Amino acid sequence: MTMSWLYSTAALCLLSAIVVGLLRILRGPTAADSMLAAQLFGTCGVAILLLLSKGLDWLVLQDIALVFALLAALAAVAFALRTWGETER
Amino acid sequence: MEKGMVFLHGLGTICILIGIPFFVSGAIGLLRFPDIYTRLHALTKADNVGLGFVVLGLALQAEQWNTVARLLLIWLLVLVASSASCHLVARAALRKKIQPWSRS
Repeated sequence: MTMSWLYSTAALCLLSAIVVGLLRILRGPTAADSMLAAQLFGTCGVAILLLLSKGLDWLVLQDIALVFALLAALAAVAFALRTWGETER
Repeated sequence: MEKGMVFLHGLGTICILIGIPFFVSGAIGLLRFPDIYTRLHALTKADNVGLGFVVLGLALQAEQWNTVARLLLIWLLVLVASSASCHLVARAALRKKIQPWSRS
C-alpha cells in the first residue's frame, strides 16, 4: 500500500497552506478573521482528505470529507447569524 | 493499462498540480490582504477553484462512476456552503459598520 508521490506531496502543500492561514488567527483584529481561517481549514481539509482517500485507496475518507464540508458550512452560518451578529467586535 | 487510461491519469495529475497553487494563493491572500472583505474574496474564490481542480483531477483518475459522482457532490456542497457563508459574514461585517478598505 504505497502512496504515490503526487498525492502525498499535494497533501503536504495543502497542509502548509493551512499553517500559513492559521497565522491569521494570531494577527486577526476581529473574530471574523479567525472564522475565515476556520473556513480555510474546512476547504483545505476536504481537499487533503480526498487526496489521501485516492492515495491510500481508502474510500471511507471521502465520507469523512463530506462531513467536514457540512460541519464547516454549519459553523460559518452559526457564527455569522448567532455569535458575531449580536456581540461587540 | 490501456493508452486511454494512461492519458486520463496524466490529465488528472496535471489538474491536481494546477489546483494546489490556488489553495496556496488563497492562504497567502488571507494572510496579506488588508480587511475582512478582501480576505473573504481571496479565500472563497481561490480555494473553491483549487478544490474544483483537485476534484476534477481525482475524478479523471477515478475507477468507478460512483466515485466521480460522490466527488462532484462534495465539490458542489462546498461551493454552495462557502458562497452562502461568505455572503453572511460580509453582511454581518457591513452591519457592524466595518468600513471597506480603500487606498487613501
